[in-house]
Amino acid sequence: MSRLEVDVAVTRGSFALDVSVTVESGEVVAVLGSNGAGKSTFLGALAGLYRPDRGSVVLDGRVLDDVPVHRRRVGLLSQSALLFPHLTARDNVAFGPRSTGSRRRVARETADRWLEMVDATALADRRPSELSGGQAQRVAIARALACEPELLLLDEPFAALDVDVTPAIRSLLRRVVRAAGVTTLMVTHDVLDAVVLADRLVVLDGGRVVEAGPTADVLRRPRSAFAARIAGLDLVPGRSCGEGLRTAEGTVIGGVHPDPVADDEPAVALFSPASVSVFRDPPKGSPRTLVPVRLAAMEPHGELVRLRAAVPDGGPGWVDGLAADVTPAAVADLAVEPGDELWFAVKAAEVEVYPAGR
Amino acid sequence: MTSVPRLLWAPAALAWLLVAIPVAGLVVRVDWPNFLGLVTTPSALAALRLSLETGLATMVLCLVLGGPLAVVLARSSLPGLPFVRSVVLLPLVLPPVVGGLTLLFLFGRTGPLGSFLDREFGITIPFSTTAVVLAQTFVAMPFLVVSLEGALRTAGERYEAVAATLGASPATTLWRVTVPVVLPGLMSGSVLAFARALGEFGATITFAGSLEGTTRTLPLFIYLESESDLDGAVAMSLVLVVVAILVIVVSRTRDLR
Repeated sequence: MSRLEVDVAVTRGSFALDVSVTVESGEVVAVLGSNGAGKSTFLGALAGLYRPDRGSVVLDGRVLDDVPVHRRRVGLLSQSALLFPHLTARDNVAFGPRSTGSRRRVARETADRWLEMVDATALADRRPSELSGGQAQRVAIARALACEPELLLLDEPFAALDVDVTPAIRSLLRRVVRAAGVTTLMVTHDVLDAVVLADRLVVLDGGRVVEAGPTADVLRRPRSAFAARIAGLDLVPGRSCGEGLRTAEGTVIGGVHPDPVADDEPAVALFSPASVSVFRDPPKGSPRTLVPVRLAAMEPHGELVRLRAAVPDGGPGWVDGLAADVTPAAVADLAVEPGDELWFAVKAAEVEVYPAGR
Repeated sequence: MTSVPRLLWAPAALAWLLVAIPVAGLVVRVDWPNFLGLVTTPSALAALRLSLETGLATMVLCLVLGGPLAVVLARSSLPGLPFVRSVVLLPLVLPPVVGGLTLLFLFGRTGPLGSFLDREFGITIPFSTTAVVLAQTFVAMPFLVVSLEGALRTAGERYEAVAATLGASPATTLWRVTVPVVLPGLMSGSVLAFARALGEFGATITFAGSLEGTTRTLPLFIYLESESDLDGAVAMSLVLVVVAILVIVVSRTRDLR
């Protein structure tokens, strides 16, 4: 049982990463970020593969900064299984225990136990070249856990798998990580990984933590545009006011305050794209908040069509990326195409305004 | 398959024939009725035996010294690594005779290292079997280093990084991960070094001379015989050709697997 405290800064060329995260003993934390957000650099610094410019990694009270990789007791599972090609699945799993001093027989027993945990007993005598991607990843999971790491790092562990095997491996990993009770830190760009596996979410953007909190809270009430987007919500930043929220340039978005908010505090307005109506011309006498947008893109979204907004000429910047989900019939009635100017409308009752920052 | 421009067929055929015809001519020229007698004369057998023994010793020396050098070249980040690499490659382009001369200057009785060894330990290296092995190692080492460094770079450091996260020390990682992963490259590099040692002539004759049973390897024997007994030289040449073909077959089957 080991608590992890990380506070690292790494600069690579023009990219700067500065992240501070704490993972409680036995907890699973997902670091979520788009490509280029600095996820892999962060993980490399934790595993000891890169040396951070500043900061420290403390695991279970041990400062890891000057500890070589092989003495850190930090396991790493990456997107490719990287099983040693010259060893059977069993010997791959036994490699860790053997390297840390277990006798051959004990290491083999440990390996067999872990192979059973990941439902790969039948694969024990196979070579990596005889395993499918999903089978290899099962063995890699067993191998990472068989040396009983104090911290397990997961680097997009499902990114290279076939879509049809990903759900099975994802739930398997959830089961064994929970059973082992190992402190786990995962980086991913897939929100589903976080939902299935993580207790807490840390959202990384531009090399910084923009949001952190229990997974369900972050996804229900995101505070940053990036987190809102992965949670599938529309978010408008501004300051709270009596009617709802006032944006920087003065547009008032009508909304409700589920939690008490003082006037003129930094706040965000959240609403579901499904609650947004779309018009070609502004409707007369509507009680809804009306926002002029330029249509950037249309994409299928389940049974609906998601319209993505861009900033129209002279319009406010926060419009960029707002989404509206409408029925295909409504899209046909509107007869729109990307580049057209439209109006997005949302009822005050469907907009929730929360204080920004947690 | 892309089609080959017609223009290339003629020079390609010529290139192949340039190698194949002389070897075929050798087979025709062999005095077959007396072949067995020619290749089993005492001096021929002594030369063959010396060649195989020094070739194997060279291969081992290349592995023991060149193997670590290849790992350093492929994995370390020493400053001046390009310079180190160019020096290792020098024997590939240097005439072997020049290599033999440099060794002679170093280990000769008046040379800096040779006079020291002679004075302190009474050891004289030039014109001994040790000199043959040193000369062969000088010219054969780059073959092992280049082939092994290539294998190490192709394999990359991913497996080694994984081994470290599993708790394996750098030494354990080397023996249990790096060496097995690059084994094919290690094998073909060793076979190439052995083959190059077997064919060594210039450096050997300059540094080790041509004493029957001590330093007269097969190529030296063939060269000497060609001046007096051409039939014997041709017969032993064929033996070398057969050994060379065996070496190619062995290293090729490893590549194909």
